[in-house]
Amino acid sequence: MKSRQNIALISFGYFDNGFLKDVAEAVKNEFYCEVSMKEGHLDLSEFYDPVRRQYNGSRLLCHVEENFATDLSKTIGLFSVDLFIPILTYIFGQAFLNGRSGIASDYRLSNVRYGITADEKLLLERFRKEVIHELGHTFGLIHCHVPTCVMRSGTYVEDIDQKEESFCSACRVALNAILD
Amino acid sequence: MAKKISILIVDDEVSVRDSLYNWFIEDGYHVACAENAKTALLIIENEAFDIVLADIKMPGMDGLEMLRRIKLLKSDAIVIVMTAFATVDTAVQALKDGAFDYITKPFDPDDLSHLIRNASRQISLTEENENLKQKVVSLENVADLIGNSEVMKRVLKEIESVAQSNSSVVITGESGTGKELVARAIHSNSNRRFFPLVSVHCGALSESLLESELFGHEKGAFTGAMYNRKGRFEMADNGTIFLDEIATISTKMQIDLLRVLESKSFVRVGGNKEILSDFRVICATNRDLKSMVENGSFREDLFYRLNVVNINVPPLRERTEDIPLLVDYFIKKYCLSMNRPAITIEQSALSRLTEFSFPGNVRELENMIERAIVVGNGRKITLKDLPLEKSMISSSIESLDDLEKTHIRNILNKYAWNISRAARALKVDRVTLYNKISKYGLKPSE
Repeated sequence: MKSRQNIALISFGYFDNGFLKDVAEAVKNEFYCEVSMKEGHLDLSEFYDPVRRQYNGSRLLCHVEENFATDLSKTIGLFSVDLFIPILTYIFGQAFLNGRSGIASDYRLSNVRYGITADEKLLLERFRKEVIHELGHTFGLIHCHVPTCVMRSGTYVEDIDQKEESFCSACRVALNAILD
Repeated sequence: MAKKISILIVDDEVSVRDSLYNWFIEDGYHVACAENAKTALLIIENEAFDIVLADIKMPGMDGLEMLRRIKLLKSDAIVIVMTAFATVDTAVQALKDGAFDYITKPFDPDDLSHLIRNASRQISLTEENENLKQKVVSLENVADLIGNSEVMKRVLKEIESVAQSNSSVVITGESGTGKELVARAIHSNSNRRFFPLVSVHCGALSESLLESELFGHEKGAFTGAMYNRKGRFEMADNGTIFLDEIATISTKMQIDLLRVLESKSFVRVGGNKEILSDFRVICATNRDLKSMVENGSFREDLFYRLNVVNINVPPLRERTEDIPLLVDYFIKKYCLSMNRPAITIEQSALSRLTEFSFPGNVRELENMIERAIVVGNGRKITLKDLPLEKSMISSSIESLDDLEKTHIRNILNKYAWNISRAARALKVDRVTLYNKISKYGLKPSE
């Protein structure tokens, strides 16, 4: 099976190289396509909301869409800041459904934010799931009710821990149909 | 997800609309947006939404006013109100006005997910409940109206067509034909079926008692009236009132009834407060109301108010082909209620029953079968268990011609008006039978 589209992961945060390579490898395994990694440069202060002391995810997504996305690839912006959208107190990431781009942040995925001992392996696992989840949306997949499917909606990190980083059979069939 | 839930987002802020739109779309919901209450109401008038998520504070019409208007359009609509300025007063007001829930902006993602999941569960439970009710009704509504004859099929068709309307119905027919069962079938097939069917036997009550029965009374209205009492019209609110033997009510009651039917409001006996009640009226009589109007004993205006639809229940002698079915039904019914094993009926006994003219109609047949089960041998109903001779004497047949006419009609009905077969059974030739049909003015039942 071969996808006509590639996937581009653009880093806008302070990520360890090995960390990103691991994410790219997981994405490649799930979507069977070429995954490129780039470093993006962005003045994040423009997206900072001093009242909420968070970064506006809606505006960041639009920025990625307008400046980095192409018709030939699905583009995911990777961030290390606390994201919000106007109506929600926080988000882990978001994407244009059946669109070209998405964003994901590891800020709220770290145990440290919850007063628990840091666990880099767990953080990496959660981030892989979040990136695959947002990419799933860009390919047109909606939230899934299978508890272990990566497309299951997760509003807490514990929800993310409950699911796997792969698609359930129904989502896999739907994705394959799209990739074919 | 069994059914795709539809959500309408109403908020004047574009960023809020967009955020929620994207969030719900990713969850697989059908989503639409409106920038103000006026647009939302226009959308709702044309398309049904399962959930409306509306901001309270909007320019022009606010969310609370919109909530009230949505509830007028669709009383069971699920409306969730959201606001950036949470006060207990607005929350309480929203809930009092029928909001499903209340949420403060910005939401915790988990709160929003829970809220929508609860609302979705409520929708599916409501639908499930409605489906179950539908099933129960379809099993029960006409189970007691037994008959495969053309005349009974016509009655069932009339019940079906009139049930969904709110029109008044007059059910006519001889005593014992099942007029009350028809009234019950109309009620249980109508949209009012989950509200009461209140029956009043007008013929059994004196004028003053009937007045108190229908309109209720206030404490002290008359001697012995120690407490307030609800009348039947009040009890029938949202349901149906069945007035049996309507032809027996006095002229004064006819005037009072007409007024209530026109205004759907009344005052309790001894009271002064006007009470509103939304009821449907079904009447029954074994008398000819039209001729009563002509001779002045029944008000013409009340007659036309009541007789919007007329259903005539045929006497049993006009549907003798239903007798075996009815016999079978009553045998099962009484064996069950008497806790006896199901019994059968001898063919000769059944044949005699089908030839019998039942002046007391189905009620007479039912009593006859009940008696036969009680006095019989417990295995089979035989001819000697049936009090046919006695009933025959008490029937309306007086002359030999009456007897001949009834017998010929029964035989014709039995053979579905096949002249050759009926003539063979009667042991006369076809010409003789035609002459008899003409002499007695017999016609196939319509």
